[in-house]
Amino acid sequence: MSDVIRSEIQIRPPSVSSRMAASLARAGRKLAHEPLGLAGFVILGLLCFIAIFAPLLAPYDPAIQALGDALQPPSLAHLAGTDEFGRDILSRLIFGTRITIQTVLSISLIVGPIGLLIGVVAGFFGGRVDALLMRATDIVLSFPSLILALAFAAALGAGLTTAIIAISLTAWPPIARLARAEALVVRNADYVVAARLYGASPIRILFLYIAPMCVPSVIVRLTLNMAGIILTAASLGFLGLGAQPPAPEWGAMISSGRKFMLDYWWVAVMPGIAILLTSLAFNIAGDALRDILDPRHARS
Amino acid sequence: MQDRDQKPVLSVKGLNVRFGRGAVPAVSNVSFDVGRERVGIVGESGSGKSTTGRAIMRLLPPAAVVSAERLDLAGSPLLSKTERQMGALRGKDIALIMQDPRYSLNPVLSIGKQIAEAARLHLGLHKKQAFEAARAMLERVRISDPDRVMALYPHQISGGMGQRVMIAMMLLARPKLVIADEPTSALDVSVRKDVLLLLDELVRENNSGLLLISHDIRMVAAFCERIIVMYAGRIVETLTSLEDARHPYTRGLIAALPDPKNPVRRLAVLDRAKLDLETAQ
Amino acid sequence: MINVRDLDVVFTSGKSSNHVVRGISFQVGQGETLGIVGESGCGKSTVLRCLAGMESGWTGHIELGGKPIGRKRSREELKFAQMVFQDPYGSLHPRHRIGTALAEPLRAMGHSDIWSKVEKALVQVGLPASFANRFPHELSGGQRQRVAIARALILSPPILLLDEPTSALDVSIQAEILNLLADQREEKELTYLLVSHDLAVIAHMCDRVLIMKNGCFVDELTKADLQAGVTHDAYARELFEASFIEA
Repeated sequence: MSDVIRSEIQIRPPSVSSRMAASLARAGRKLAHEPLGLAGFVILGLLCFIAIFAPLLAPYDPAIQALGDALQPPSLAHLAGTDEFGRDILSRLIFGTRITIQTVLSISLIVGPIGLLIGVVAGFFGGRVDALLMRATDIVLSFPSLILALAFAAALGAGLTTAIIAISLTAWPPIARLARAEALVVRNADYVVAARLYGASPIRILFLYIAPMCVPSVIVRLTLNMAGIILTAASLGFLGLGAQPPAPEWGAMISSGRKFMLDYWWVAVMPGIAILLTSLAFNIAGDALRDILDPRHARS
Repeated sequence: MQDRDQKPVLSVKGLNVRFGRGAVPAVSNVSFDVGRERVGIVGESGSGKSTTGRAIMRLLPPAAVVSAERLDLAGSPLLSKTERQMGALRGKDIALIMQDPRYSLNPVLSIGKQIAEAARLHLGLHKKQAFEAARAMLERVRISDPDRVMALYPHQISGGMGQRVMIAMMLLARPKLVIADEPTSALDVSVRKDVLLLLDELVRENNSGLLLISHDIRMVAAFCERIIVMYAGRIVETLTSLEDARHPYTRGLIAALPDPKNPVRRLAVLDRAKLDLETAQ
Repeated sequence: MINVRDLDVVFTSGKSSNHVVRGISFQVGQGETLGIVGESGCGKSTVLRCLAGMESGWTGHIELGGKPIGRKRSREELKFAQMVFQDPYGSLHPRHRIGTALAEPLRAMGHSDIWSKVEKALVQVGLPASFANRFPHELSGGQRQRVAIARALILSPPILLLDEPTSALDVSIQAEILNLLADQREEKELTYLLVSHDLAVIAHMCDRVLIMKNGCFVDELTKADLQAGVTHDAYARELFEASFIEA
C-alpha cells in the first residue's frame, strides 16, 4: 500500500464534539445488536427522564397528606396505592428517582476519578508508591460501609450528603485495584516504552497514555457497582441515615412501609420494585457497556 | 513418495468459505488433491490458507459458511458429517498441528497425561497401556529422557520440544492426513529443520498425506513435492519447484525475498492493483 | 558513531541470575548498517535496549556519537538514537490518532510548528497526509510499521535502532518496508543497528553482521562473506543452512 498522494487536506484532528459524536455513533451501532443491553440503557434513560421531569409526570404532590385516603390499594386513581399519610406512592416514587439519580451520579463522580488516579499512579510507578497506596486501599477496603455511615451520621448528622460521603469513602478501593491491574499491563506496552524513548515525562505518560487505557474498565466497573451502591443507599435510608423525611427516598419508604407489610403490602413492595428495576437496569447496561468498550470480554 | 493407493487421501473441489455477510469470500473455488505425498499451501496473511486448513477439519466458527462440490477424506465426504462424527475423525484420521505449542497444549495437564489421553481416546488403550504408548511415541519423536518430559508441564519445555510433543500426540493414531498450519513459525531458526524432518519421517512411515500450510515459500519449496500458491482466497498457481513459477504473484513473491546470494539495492515489490485485477478474472 | 566496550548484562530474579550479555564489544561507523543475528534468548534485543536507554542494569562503556552515555538519559541524549519496534500492533497507542502519535515526540521535546512536520513525516514514509486522522486499528500492519518508522525519524536522530522491524510482516510488505528503510538511510545518511533472527533480511540490509549466541559474538561476516556463503564458525554455518538459503 505505497501510494504517495500529496494532499491539501488539513490534518488537524477533528474537534472534540465531532469525535464524541463519532464514538457515540459507533457505540450505538454495536448496541443495536444487543437487545438486552439496549433495554437496560432505555430503562436508565427513562429514569433520568423521569427524574428531570418529575413535577410534570407525577400525578400528585408527593408531600401533600390526605389522611382520609390513607393506605388505599393500587387503583386507577392511585396506580401504586397510598401510604400511611395518604400520599400517592407513585408520585413519591417518581420524585424519589431524583434522589436515586443524584446519589448515583455524585458517588460515581467522586469514586471514579479518585479510584482511577490512585490505581494508575500505583500501577505505573510501582515500588514503594505502589505498596503504600495498595496498603491504604486494603485498609479502606476492610471498612464496612454501613458502619462507617453510622459513624458519619453520628458525627455530621443524618442526611443525603452524609450518606453520599460515607458511601464514596468506601466504594473507591475496587476501582483503584482495577485501574492498577490495567496500568500494570499497559506500562509494559511498546507504545509506552516508545514514549519514554522520545522523552515524554512520567506525568504525561500517566495521563495521556496509561489512564485512557484504564478508563473503559473503570466505567464498566462503576456501572456494575451501581446496583450495589443503590442497595447500600437504600439500606442507609432504611436505617434513617439517608435523605430525611418527608423526602421520598426509596429505602426510607420501605422502612416506613414495614409496619404495614402484612395487610397493606404495596407501601413497602412498590419502592422495592423500583429499587429492583433500577439495579437490574444498571447491571444489564453495565454488561452491554463492557461488550462495547472492552472487546476482549465480548461474547462472540 | 510411491502412490500405493490410487485414491487420494484428501480430495477438495470448489471449496468456498464465507464469513457472515462479508463481501469477499475468505476462500473461493479452491480445488486440489493430496495423495500420500507432501503438499504445501503458501500464501500471505489474508490469502485463505489457514482458513482452508480449518475448513477441511471443520473447525471454523458457526458464523462461517462452508460449501464445496467435493470435500472427501479417503473417499468419505466430510461436509455431510455431524460434529460427533467429525470428533471421532479428528486426531484419529486427520490431525492438525498448530503453530504455537504454548497455546495448543493444555497448560494444566502434564505432557504424559495429554499424550496418554490421546492414546486412550483414539486407540482405545487402557491407562497403563496408554502411558506406555505415550512414552514410546516421545522416544519416536527423538526426545531423550522421555520419562522426565512426561512429568513436565507445557510451560516448562522449550518451543521445539513442545512441537515434538504436539507431533507425538497428533501422530500417535497414525492419521491418514496431517495438516500442519505454520508448524515452525514460532520456533527458533535452528530448530525448524529438525522438527520438519521429524514430521516428514513420521508421515512417510505412516504412509500418510501431509498438507503443510506456511507463509515461508522457501521452506515449503524445500520440503514439499507440490506447492499450491494462494492469494486473496484463490489458488493462483501450483508448482513443483520455485523455478517453474509463472504467475505474477508467485514470481513477485519470490522476487521480494531477500537473498544473500543475489544482493540487490532494492527488493522487487508487488504491484497489487494489477494483481487484484488479474486474480479477479 | 556507536562504540560499545565490555557491555555486560545480568538479569536476576530472586535467587536465579541470567547472564544475558557477556562483556561484548563492537563499533558502528557513521552511515554504516550493522546487523546482529541470533536466536531468541541470545541477548541481541537486550543489547539494543541498552543502547536505547531502556535497560538500567548494564555495566560497561557505551558511546553514541563520540559522547559517553550513562544509564539515565537526558533529553538531548535521547534524541541521538530512536527505536523501531517489532510488533506493529503494539507500538502505536490504540487510542491516539496517527497524527497525535507522530506529534507526541515533537511535543515532548518542545518543538514548534508541529503539524507541518507531522504531514512531512507521513509523506516521507509513503503514506497520504490524510492518514493523520485515522486510528491504528484502521491501518494494515505494513502501514503501521511505516508510521512507527516515521515516528522514529521525526526527531531526526542520526542513529536508528531496529528491533526485528519486519518479522511480523508478510514477505511482500517486508520488501516495501526494507526499501523504505534503505531509502531513508541513503537520504539522511543514517546509521542503523539492526537486530533480527532472519539472516536473509540482515544480509540484505547490513554491511556487516555479528552472529550472537548465548550473550557472545561468535562470528563476524561482511557482505562479501554472506554472498559467497563463507562462515568462520560452526554455529554460523548452522544458522545459514537453517535459513534455507542454498549454500
